Order: sequence, then C-alpha cells, then structure tokens
Amino acid sequence: MANVATLILLLQQTAQEPTSFWSRVSFNPTLSNFLTLSFLLFIIGVAGVLTRRNIIIIFMSIEMILNAANLNLIAFARYWQLNGKLSEYTGHLFTIFVIVVAAAEAAIGLGIVISLYRNRETVAIDEIDLLKW
Amino acid sequence: MLKLIWLIPLLPFFGFLIIGLFGKRLRLSERVIAFIACGSVAISLILSIGAVIEYASSYAPRPYLSSEAGQGFPYSFTWVPGGKAILSEGQAAGAAAEFLVNWSYQLDPLSAVMILVVTGVGFLIHVFAVGYMAGDTGFYRFFAYLNLFMFMMLILVMGSNFLMMFVGWEGVGLCSYLLIGYYFDRQEAGDASKKAFIVNRIGDFGFALAIFGVFSVFGTLEFTQVAEAIKAYPVEAFGAFGLMSWIALGLFIGATGKSAQIPLYIWLPDAMAGPTPVSALIHAATMVTAGVYMVTRTNFIFQRSVTMMFVVALVGVLTAFVAATIAFSQTDIKKVLAYSTVSQLGYMFLGCGVGAFFAGIFHLMTHAFFKALMFLGSGSVIHGMHHEQDMRLMGGLKKYMPVTFWTFAAGWIAICGILPFAGFFSKDEILWRAFITDIPGGRILWVIGFITAGFTAFYMTRLMALTFWGQYRYNDPAVQKEVYGEHRAAHAHGAHDHDLLHGDVEEDKKAVEHAHEAGRGGQFFPHESPKVMTIPLIVLAVLSVVGGWIGWPQALGGSNHFEHWIEPVIEKVDRAHSSEAQGRLQLPGEAAVAAKAQGHGESAASEGAHGDEGHNVVEYALMGASMAWALLGMYLAYFLYIKRRALLDRIVSAIHPLYVGSKNLWYWDYLLDVKVVNLFKGLNNLLWSIDAKGVDGGVNGSAWLTRLSSVVSGLIDKYVVDMAVNSVGWFVRIGSIVFRTIQTGFAQNYALVMVLGLLAFVGYYLLSR
Repeated sequence: MANVATLILLLQQTAQEPTSFWSRVSFNPTLSNFLTLSFLLFIIGVAGVLTRRNIIIIFMSIEMILNAANLNLIAFARYWQLNGKLSEYTGHLFTIFVIVVAAAEAAIGLGIVISLYRNRETVAIDEIDLLKW
Repeated sequence: MLKLIWLIPLLPFFGFLIIGLFGKRLRLSERVIAFIACGSVAISLILSIGAVIEYASSYAPRPYLSSEAGQGFPYSFTWVPGGKAILSEGQAAGAAAEFLVNWSYQLDPLSAVMILVVTGVGFLIHVFAVGYMAGDTGFYRFFAYLNLFMFMMLILVMGSNFLMMFVGWEGVGLCSYLLIGYYFDRQEAGDASKKAFIVNRIGDFGFALAIFGVFSVFGTLEFTQVAEAIKAYPVEAFGAFGLMSWIALGLFIGATGKSAQIPLYIWLPDAMAGPTPVSALIHAATMVTAGVYMVTRTNFIFQRSVTMMFVVALVGVLTAFVAATIAFSQTDIKKVLAYSTVSQLGYMFLGCGVGAFFAGIFHLMTHAFFKALMFLGSGSVIHGMHHEQDMRLMGGLKKYMPVTFWTFAAGWIAICGILPFAGFFSKDEILWRAFITDIPGGRILWVIGFITAGFTAFYMTRLMALTFWGQYRYNDPAVQKEVYGEHRAAHAHGAHDHDLLHGDVEEDKKAVEHAHEAGRGGQFFPHESPKVMTIPLIVLAVLSVVGGWIGWPQALGGSNHFEHWIEPVIEKVDRAHSSEAQGRLQLPGEAAVAAKAQGHGESAASEGAHGDEGHNVVEYALMGASMAWALLGMYLAYFLYIKRRALLDRIVSAIHPLYVGSKNLWYWDYLLDVKVVNLFKGLNNLLWSIDAKGVDGGVNGSAWLTRLSSVVSGLIDKYVVDMAVNSVGWFVRIGSIVFRTIQTGFAQNYALVMVLGLLAFVGYYLLSR
C-alpha cells in the first residue's frame, strides 16, 4: 500500500513536473537483482522444458534457459566492470559464445524436429516413447 | 589216340556251347543241330574206341593217367591249388598235407568200359532223339542239354580223383533236372525235376562227407594214390564200424541217391515225366549207373568194411525185390520200365556188395543195352500211339509196329535172363557170387535175388502181353472209360463233343486229336516209327543179344574175358582175416594151387576151393534153376494176361490189399512226399514264424525302443534343458521389472532426472558451506 501510494505520488509529480517518470524512480539494481532475475528466468525455462508437451515450446524454453545464463554472465561482467576486477569484456565474450552455440543448437534441434515429424507425424513428445521398457 | 582222351568229354561240351548259345539266336535248323549233337558224340565214341584199343594193347592193366601225356592244359593241370592241411584221422593223423587237386583223366579197365557204354549208347540215343523230338520247338534246347549231360557223365567216369567225379556227379544231376523238366509248362514235369534234384542232393551230402573223410585220412583225392595208401589199413570185420566203414557209408548214401536205391529211389519213377530219350539215357543207361561205377571205383574202401559190403548187398537186393513188386501193378509203360531199372540197379549193388564188382559192372553194361533198348522201344510205341502211355489202351501192337516189337522182344528176353541173351550172363553171375560169397548172409541174399528174378520175368512179360500181344484196345470205349472217364469214351466213338472243361487239358487235347484221326469214325491206329528211330533199336537189340558173350563164364566153357578185364581195378582183399594184413581172396575158377599154398581152411571151404568139379555142379544147378524160374514167370504172365484174363482178375481181387499197396508204391512215396515233406514244411513255417515274429520282432522292437528313447530325449531337451535356459532369462526378466520402469521413453522424465541431480549437487554444495 505504501508503494501504491508512493507510485501514485510519483505519477502526480510526473504530471506536474517535466522530469521523466523513470528518472524519479529510485530503483538502482544491484548484482543480486540481476541474479535473481536470471534465476527466475532459468526456473521458468526449466519448468517449461519439463512440463510442456510441444517440442517447439520446449526448444523455446531451452532458449530461455540459455538466455538466463546469458543474463547471468552479463550481470557479472557489469559488476566486475564497475569494480575493476577483470578484463572488461570477458563476460561479453562468453555471452557471444553462448548465443552462437544456442543458435547452432537451435538449428540442429529444429532439423531433428522436422525429421521427427516426418517419421512420427507428431510433435508431442509424450507420443514418442519407443525407448519405453 | 591215348593222348587225346581229354577230347572225349570236351567235344560234347563244345556241342553244348554251340547249340545252346547259337541254336535259337541263329535259328539253326534241326538237321544242323542234330548233326552237331550226334556228330560230337560220334567222334567221342570213335576216340573212345581208339583209346581203349590202344590202352588194351599197350597199357593194361595199370591205369593210364593223362598226366603221362604231358603236364599243363589240356592233359593235366592244377585245378584247385588249395593250401596246407593237417590230416585228422587214420594212421597218419597229425601229418601235414597239401590240398591240391588236378584236373586230369584216368583210363583204366573200368573207365574204359564206362566211356564205351556212355558214348556208344549215348550216340544211339542221340540219333533216336532226332526222330523222337522232331518238330518240337525246344529242339535245340534238348540237344544242348543232352550234350551237356554227355560232357558231365564223361567227366564223372574219366576223372582221376574224387573231386572230378563229384563235379560230374553234380553235373549229371543238374542235366537230369533240366531234362526232366524239359516240358516246363507241365506241372508234373516241374515237380518231378525238383524232386529228382533235391533227392539227389540228399545223397550228395553223404558223398561230400565221404570225400572230406577221404582227404582227412589220406591227404589226397586221387584214386591211384588213395588205393596205394589204403593198403596199410586193415579190413574191418562184420559188426565193427570203423573209419573205413564211415567213409564207405557216406559214399553209399551218395550212391543211394544217384542210383535210386531204398530209401531215395522215389525220384526215378517221377522222372518219367521227361521225354523218353532222356529216360533211356539218363535214367536207365548212364546217370543212374554212376552210383555203381562209384562203388566199384572205390572198391578198395568198401572192401575194407565187411559191414558196409553187407549193407550194400542187402539194400541192393531189397530194392530189387520191392521195386519188382511195385512194377506188377503199374499201368504206365514207362513207369514199369522205371521200376524195372530200380530193380536192376539193386542187382548191380548186390553184385558189388558181395565182392563181385566185375559182375556189378557187367550187369551195368548189359543192362544199359537192354534197358536203353526197351526205353527207346517204348518211346517208339509212345510216338506211334501219339503220346499215349497207358498200357491198358495198347495191345496187339505187334502187327502195327513190327520192328519195334522184335527189337523190344530182344530186350525182354535179355532182361528175363534167358541163355544166350546178355542179361543171363550178368544176372546169373551176380546170383552165383551172392551164393558163394563170404559176406555174411550171402545165401539169404541169393534167395531174395532169385525170387526177384522170377518177378522180373513176370512183370516184363506182362508188359509185352499188354502192349504187343492180344487185342488192340485203344478204340474200345469200355477201356477208354475205365482209364479216363466218360467223355473220353465218347471221343473214341468219334463224338464231337468239344466241351473240355474238366479233366486234364493235355489228355483231352490228345483225345480230340485221336478222335479226328484217320477219318474212320474217329478210330485211331498206330504206325511204325521212322528209320531214324528204328535203326538205333536194331543196333541195341543186336547188342542185347551178343553183349553178354564177353563175359561168358568158365563154367560154360568161356574164359570170362570181362572178369579178367576188370580184375586189375578190383583190389584183392582177404576178408577172412580182417584184422591182419590182406592175403589173396579165393575166387572160384582160380588156380587151386594158391588156395593150398595159403591153407586158409574156412574161407576156402565157403568159396569152393575144393576143386573145379565140385562147385561147378552147384553153379550149373543154380543156372538151370534160375532159367527155369524165369521161364515159369514168363509163361505164367503170358497165361494169365493172354489166355485166362478172368483168372487174373480173380487172383487180383483175392490179393486186393497187396494189389492196392503195390499200386500205391507201398506208400513210401506218400510217406516221404507227404509226411516227411510236410514235416519239413511245418518246421520251415515254425522257423519262419520265429524269424518273422521273434527275430524281426526283436529287431523291430529295438527300433521301437530307439524311437522311444529319442522321443524321451526330445521331451527332456524341450522341457528340461530348454526350461533351464529359459528360466534364466525369466529370472532376469522378473528381476528387471522393478528397474525397467525407469525407462519411460519420455524425454522429459530424463530431463527431470537431470534437474533433480543438478539440484542435489547444488544443494549439497550450498548446504555444506
């Protein structure tokens, strides 16, 4: 309630003053904020991989996991940048690698899906259980 | 010529080969076949005569062996090389010997007589058969077999050892089988030929055993060598049965089979189913005399066993008697002659058995002449009567077939034993020797022989009366009815009833044939035979008259050439002192000087060494008595059959059981043919059933067991072994149920597991900090 009140107060102020809304927000994210976000994205991705039926959605979820990992890397890279610990661009370079690998993996994965569809006429993975005992 | 004796058997053999192999193929004409067959025998005859003349002039009395002409083929060559052997019996038991048999010929007085008889009579019969068998489709086959027979018979008589004699022995048995069964489409001919061969073989068993015995005692089979080696053996007295007796017994059993004596004579009358020339040659003149020849050839063995001599003489005379009694009632002309042959063979064995081997051979020779003559004569009669053989349908043939009649009459008088025909000399010699012999029981043997001589005269005269004298009965319907039954009688009258559904088809065919003869209301009259058949009859008739003169006895003024001729072959054995070394046997007519020198009282007394005068009276008396007895028999038969037929019928009905017994051959044939044979058939069936059920059952049973065990194995394999293997897999399967549920095939389960694992790691890492 207090936040709502603060927010309404910020909105009133915005309507009266020429400064942006966003500049009056007093939220400066720290490293843990970013890590939390990346963790949440990761969780959502894993949940999607584990529970979704459609293979395409699973691939999307896998991308999300990868992106969560990317976010994690960029967050640490910025943190180290701000604290002057390592070379400025290590994290960014790692992230570029991950993106490339993710793209390659997606290409191959989709190729597999197409081949799978051609053989099984379905993209629901619970119908592909030949290895079942 | 003596060097060529090996050709004598070979020429008929080549005749056999040529006619047998090419007769049908090249369709040789009857003239060519006759020429080859008769020609080969004729040349053999000429060679025989030449060889005997040369032998008589230069070689006699020792035997001539063809090995003297040269070694090797064709004179004398090694035939059975054999090998080492050890003698097992006799005085040389344990000694080493070698079984080596040569194929070589021996010409000595005995075989000289035999080859002359065989080739001579054989030639005449060959010529006769050309006429008799004319037109027959198997002409070539007949003469091929006949020539083969001549070959085998000549091997038998000319062989120089036991084995060659045995080869000839078996060979003539084979030819007898082939020729008796010549009309192979007739059941009775086939049966008779089998019977002849099988009964012969029973005798041959004894003969073979004797040959084994000879070899195991002497180590050799050559006659000359055995005769030499046997001199060291003593004579076995009457009642003792030693080694020599056993060998002699085996030999005599062989002779019984071949020469149709009791108990194996049954085949000879049945053998009349063959063509008449066969009966004449094989079953009168030659083959059946092989037994007599064999006994004489091995006289050195027989003379060493008094028991066997007695057996031979006894069997001979009994056979003579029994066969004569059967001949009384026979109605088939050939059967009468067959039993007559059996009877005369008995005489020959009587002669040999009492020690007068030369007399046996003499009778063999004269018998060959007159019996072959009578058989050929009957053949002529049968031929003229269009193959009718029953004497009841003959009669009065004297006027239709004169040549046949007169020649047959010569044989008839000869067999009755009337001076000066051939049969008198030989038969009388035998009876005289039986009377004076030192073999025990000689007198009794004489009595039986004497009675039989009268019987012989009676039944032969009966044959003459029924066949040649009296009324011709063929066209008499009453007689036809008696012999053959109703429908034949109708045919005799010329009835044209062709419904021939019952009775013997052959006989009925004959009946129809005869009924259509001559066109005289269906009456049939016989005709004389052609010259090719009557000329041998004439030759044999001449021989029947003069053939005995060669043995004109000393008692009647002759010098008994025959006895002296055969003498060297017969060993002189002293039977009075059987356990000692032999001395000289006293024969009547021999110089009394020898008797006085030896001084053997008792043997001399029984053999009549009390001077020529004394025993000649007895001899004349016996001669006269036997002739008178024979003449009585002849007259009686003539009287009963021609003059007083009714009296005959009354006599026959008075002795009806005897008549029936005689007609049924004294049931001996029945006993052997039916009882003994059926016994053996029963034994055969028993053995067969043992084999079929027992042995085969055993074999099949073991097969069944094998199958059973294999089935059980299969079951074991299927259910036990495989079960073990399968159960291992089953256990694995059951055990894995728990674990396999992890394999869902569902990718997201695997992803979940990965995540859980990740969580586990991270959690552990975080919580342990």
